Amino acid sequence: MTGPVLWALLGHWRRNPLQLFTVLAGLALATALWSGVQAINAEARASYRLAADMLGAADRAQITTRAGGRVSVADYVALRRGGWRVTPVIEGRYDDIRILGIDPLTAPFGGSGLSEFTRADFGAFLTAPGLILGQAEVLERLRGKSLAGFETRPSMAPNTALMDIAVAQKLLEFDAGLTRLMVDPQQPLVQVPLGQIAPHLQLTTPQVGADVARLTGSFHLNLTAFGLLAFAVGIFVVHGAIGLAFEQRRGMIRTLRALGVPLRQLVVVQTLELLCLALVAGTVGMCGGYLMAAALLPDVAATLRGLYGADVSGSLHLRPAWWLSGFAIALLGTGLAAAAGLWQVLRMPLLAAAQSRAWALASRWAARWQAGAALALLALAAILAGFGTGLMAGFALLAALLVGAALALPLLLDQTLAVLGGRAKTATAGWFWADTRQQVPGLSLALMALLLAMAANIGVSTMVSSFRQTFVGFLDQRLAAELYVSAQNPGQAADLQRFLEARVDAVLPVQSVSRQLMGMPVAIYGNRPHATYRDNWQFLQAVPDVWQKIAEGKALIVNEQFFRRAGLQLGQELAIGPDHKRTNSLQIAGVYGDYGNPVGQVVIAERLFKQLYPEVVGQRFGLRLDPSQVSKLRLDLIERFDLPQRNVIDQAQIKALSLAVFERTFTVTAALNVLTLAVAGFAILMSLLTLAGLRLPQLAPVWALGMTRASLAKFEVLRAVILAAFTSLMALGLGLLLAWVLLAVINVEAFGWRLPMDVFPAQYARLGALALLAALLAALWPAWRLVRRSPADLLQVFSNER
Amino acid sequence: MLVSLRDVHKSYSEAAGRTDILCGVDMNLAAGETLALTGESGSGKSTLLHLIGGLDSADSGQVIIDGQALMALDDAALAGLRRTTVGVIFQQFNLIPSLNVADNIAFQARLSGRQDTARIADLVGRMGLEPHLHKYPEALSGGQQQRVAIARVLATAPKLVLADEPTGNLDEASAAVVLDLLLELVGETDAALLMVTHSTQLAARMGRRLHLQAGRLA
Amino acid sequence: MNVKTVFILLWVCLIMPPIARAQGFADLGTSAQGFAVPQPDYKLRFPSDHGAHPAFRIEWWYLTANLTGPDQTEYGLQWTLFRTVLSQTSLLQAEDSGWNNGQLWMGHAAVTSPTAHFTAERLARGGIGQAGVTAVPFEAWIDDWVLEGTGSKTPLGAATLRASGIEFAYDMQLQARGPWVLHGQEGYSVKSADGRASHYYSQPFFDISGTLRLPQGVVPVTGQAWLDREWSSSPLAVSQTGWDWFSLSFAGGDKLMAFQVRDQAGRAFTSATWITANGRTTSFGNGALTVTPMHLTSVAGRKVPTQWRLQLEDKGLDIRIDALNPSAWMDVSLPYWEGPVRFTGTHTGRGYLEMTGYE
Repeated sequence: MTGPVLWALLGHWRRNPLQLFTVLAGLALATALWSGVQAINAEARASYRLAADMLGAADRAQITTRAGGRVSVADYVALRRGGWRVTPVIEGRYDDIRILGIDPLTAPFGGSGLSEFTRADFGAFLTAPGLILGQAEVLERLRGKSLAGFETRPSMAPNTALMDIAVAQKLLEFDAGLTRLMVDPQQPLVQVPLGQIAPHLQLTTPQVGADVARLTGSFHLNLTAFGLLAFAVGIFVVHGAIGLAFEQRRGMIRTLRALGVPLRQLVVVQTLELLCLALVAGTVGMCGGYLMAAALLPDVAATLRGLYGADVSGSLHLRPAWWLSGFAIALLGTGLAAAAGLWQVLRMPLLAAAQSRAWALASRWAARWQAGAALALLALAAILAGFGTGLMAGFALLAALLVGAALALPLLLDQTLAVLGGRAKTATAGWFWADTRQQVPGLSLALMALLLAMAANIGVSTMVSSFRQTFVGFLDQRLAAELYVSAQNPGQAADLQRFLEARVDAVLPVQSVSRQLMGMPVAIYGNRPHATYRDNWQFLQAVPDVWQKIAEGKALIVNEQFFRRAGLQLGQELAIGPDHKRTNSLQIAGVYGDYGNPVGQVVIAERLFKQLYPEVVGQRFGLRLDPSQVSKLRLDLIERFDLPQRNVIDQAQIKALSLAVFERTFTVTAALNVLTLAVAGFAILMSLLTLAGLRLPQLAPVWALGMTRASLAKFEVLRAVILAAFTSLMALGLGLLLAWVLLAVINVEAFGWRLPMDVFPAQYARLGALALLAALLAALWPAWRLVRRSPADLLQVFSNER
Repeated sequence: MLVSLRDVHKSYSEAAGRTDILCGVDMNLAAGETLALTGESGSGKSTLLHLIGGLDSADSGQVIIDGQALMALDDAALAGLRRTTVGVIFQQFNLIPSLNVADNIAFQARLSGRQDTARIADLVGRMGLEPHLHKYPEALSGGQQQRVAIARVLATAPKLVLADEPTGNLDEASAAVVLDLLLELVGETDAALLMVTHSTQLAARMGRRLHLQAGRLA
Repeated sequence: MNVKTVFILLWVCLIMPPIARAQGFADLGTSAQGFAVPQPDYKLRFPSDHGAHPAFRIEWWYLTANLTGPDQTEYGLQWTLFRTVLSQTSLLQAEDSGWNNGQLWMGHAAVTSPTAHFTAERLARGGIGQAGVTAVPFEAWIDDWVLEGTGSKTPLGAATLRASGIEFAYDMQLQARGPWVLHGQEGYSVKSADGRASHYYSQPFFDISGTLRLPQGVVPVTGQAWLDREWSSSPLAVSQTGWDWFSLSFAGGDKLMAFQVRDQAGRAFTSATWITANGRTTSFGNGALTVTPMHLTSVAGRKVPTQWRLQLEDKGLDIRIDALNPSAWMDVSLPYWEGPVRFTGTHTGRGYLEMTGYE
């Protein structure tokens, strides 16, 4: 029995291919956007995991110098001879590739990096000229740069090359020292305490939360938010189309039952039908998502590398979990979109189905229910905004706000149009507003989709643009010096200072020490008092004359992360210094933004810093000088001190690089923006086309009363544009709210810093124009069809009317 | 007895209050018999037909079709009854818009698993539907649509044919043709026919006539 | 785990003679692929030969000891430092300082009781000071494992010995009670019929005392230790698959070093040195010694002979040797069996047994 019933039901789609297309395309788009974003995130996360797991570093304790320099080989040997099972690591960047030099003889055998390694020819790895392992693309970039042999390891962390420590040392021009020592979790019975062997070294247990994944979290959050919103937009489209199909098939359902098809059978077959649709659309969507992700991934990878130094594979891998989640989301979407329709079929009495109603939210009861739900959700959002804490509350706020606003939209439009209709002076105007108002229920789902798409656009682009603006400001603040130079050892640092003093306006040492303050890792910086800081640093909160107070050694400033996490107050005293004694308590005089940094920061005066931490020797310096002298001095320094190129960096260069990277981030968000908007435009087109057919009976009398088809068509277009314009206005408000939630709630909960929100009216205007254009284009086709309609069609309305 | 109704009551609750439609109807219909059910608008003709077709259920009393008490049947069993024993012809034709004429005619036979191609071909020929087999219902005139609906019902050879104003939406000429065909075909299969109509002219052509007034048979 | 297989390959490479295979005797005395080769007329010089010989491919400082605890429980102890050069290329860097150094060092330590066997392994490269050997003052070390001379007259007349693993550690004092003993012909010890050899000498007269740290606690022990020094570049022939090596101390004070090198055909090349209590030696060439496996124990998935009959007719010796703990398997990069033994028969006493090549 299933066969003929399914055939009859599917016949509906055969007879209404446009509707079928809407359902499939909407579902496929929703699936594609969602799964595409998921694919990008999954790829990036997999890359982080690989990178972190390289050498099993993710869960290993490490030994580094307290002062922040390199660990000497002598210290390493002293530790080994003191019974410590530690293994040396040299890590650096060569041509932006992460170079990992290891000692296979002492490396503890865990972590993906080493399992890669052990397959390699041990002898070749250890014996000159050595062996370099990495992904093919990485090895290609290293070709000719080292005498070592190459072996491809496709499953190794991206952008990473693994080699013997001797090979790495040569490649990175490390003349001495090690980046860090990794501590084997198993240590022998007899061991000399670390402090006794090398008091200047420190053991750090594996850091939770300071990894790349956390650092890049905000970026992925953006993508995820985008994917989710795009999905919601797509589901609104599908819901509209499926809802219409169910409505149009009510008569058929009744006939089928009258002909002896049991109700349960009907529901089963319809579920089956939806399953087929979901699978077809899901497959198409997954392919689309894959293509989208593959197209965007190189940009994403470049962004992440540039912004956070995170290595992400530029090519996409197909993961079974991803396929499953993609189909699951397609099924979920279909289920969400069709649940109401199926429920109605199930509850519909056999005979009552005969009368046809306007589809979707026509009844007063439904409207009242919807108003109640919208109000409840918006109230919930307000409560969450006021009292919610935690990331989950932030997401709940986001969801409540969006769904509440979407539900409220038709009611707000209805009220607005009622007011406008009441003020109409002419009969035509009165009819126009009343008729427009009548259209709202039919268009409401498409308009909701438009609202969400635009709000998502405004919200996310505001966030990204705000982030960009903040980031640029932050770069200016932090990269105020014209040239940055790093000495290779403390002796050279002193020589450098002497050499530079007479040649530049100011030498600003960058010196820091890592401490535990208030139970969290904090870097304490000693800044040399200078106008540079006063002129460039911006504070989120500060007392007057903050730099003066710091210079006097009476005050300190902290970054926002530390300020928020430790729950500090401006003016509060904070004990710093090695012994945490009261004598070293300083007043918190200011809080500054420090974007993308996972650890806390404290800045004090250089003089005080030297008193508290005499053992720390700053080896990095920011140099203030006439910008025209920069390149000359840079060459001088490289030549005179035999410094590697990367030790002397021109500020303009870093800024340009960072900004270029940021622009690439924009490519990604812009592409997603266009896609979501396209989905919404599509929804409007489909709704208008559908309505055009249903509207004939409404238009025919007006035509009969003497309005031309051309003017009717004009009104149809005008109506679509006006509805889109109202929706755009509301989307603007909602989008700004969304941006605020993302910046001030989600970001703070997730990362500990709040981004200042900037508004970008030109962007919004452009988006609004785009939305109106989309509505205009969408309305043109049905309008054109109306103009071309023969009078006989219109007349038929009267003869055929029930 | 093919159809047997005993003291059947039916009323509807509406906002305005309770409306009694049927107030104790007793009725019998034997196999092969043709019966016209007449009455004014709102007299409960269609409701009675729906009760006999298992499309609606009585508040009290017994409706027994082919030995089965309908009160005791669930939705699936009622649907089975409609597939095999009872065929309903509606005033609105109720063809399936997504299927062409050929598929519409064969539809119910396929549902009941009684697809008899020879019988269907015969029906199509006698109904004069050959030229229209691949058209969709919307392209047919009212008379043609009703002929398709009749063929659909008779293709399953039901024991009981229920017709609710089958010519109500047709012009006089088409109505006569459709009715002739219906009576001829029902006669051939020895099926019983219960036809709701308000036309005394039509009623006169049936073997027996019952008049429904204020919820009771007269 | 994978490293182990790599290491097995590596050591097989070492055992496989690089070129002498084709050239045989004719080539002895010339360098093998750049590596030095033991010379029969080489005169051992002390203390300098206690130090490393980087021109040779493989070398070891191998100390074993039979110990007794306060409750008369017997223990065995092993401390070994291996030095090797991975390849000819590495040989060019054998003397380099820094990470480039081509010397590879490997330490093995073990403690054996009748019921337990603990092992540990360390690897290091030369050139950075993590492992090495100096002759004067004598020190052989890898990480915190060390054999360090403390004697005032001779660099190795007295020494301290330390090693630690995850489950065990030891800290011992050594005192030599007799002279150094040269094996074979003045320390030139032949290993195969085609004349492969090593330089080989021992100090079998160490008194040893100190403490063992075991999971059950600290155990003070005393006993006798035996230090072997050996270096070569291609000690074994291709066909030779492994060896069984015995160091035995008789109750009367005499000692015996005996080994057989087995080949694929099941033939053995034997050699032995009888050492009297005052250090005089008699060397026995191939054929004088007969060793016969008597009982196999299944350990780590292999069948290993843990009971032997050893006969040296010239000395009227016929003894049965039993492992103190048959499960004394060294689960290290290149696994082998090594543990304390007891023997009875014409003579009684204690000693050590090493068996390789049981795969």
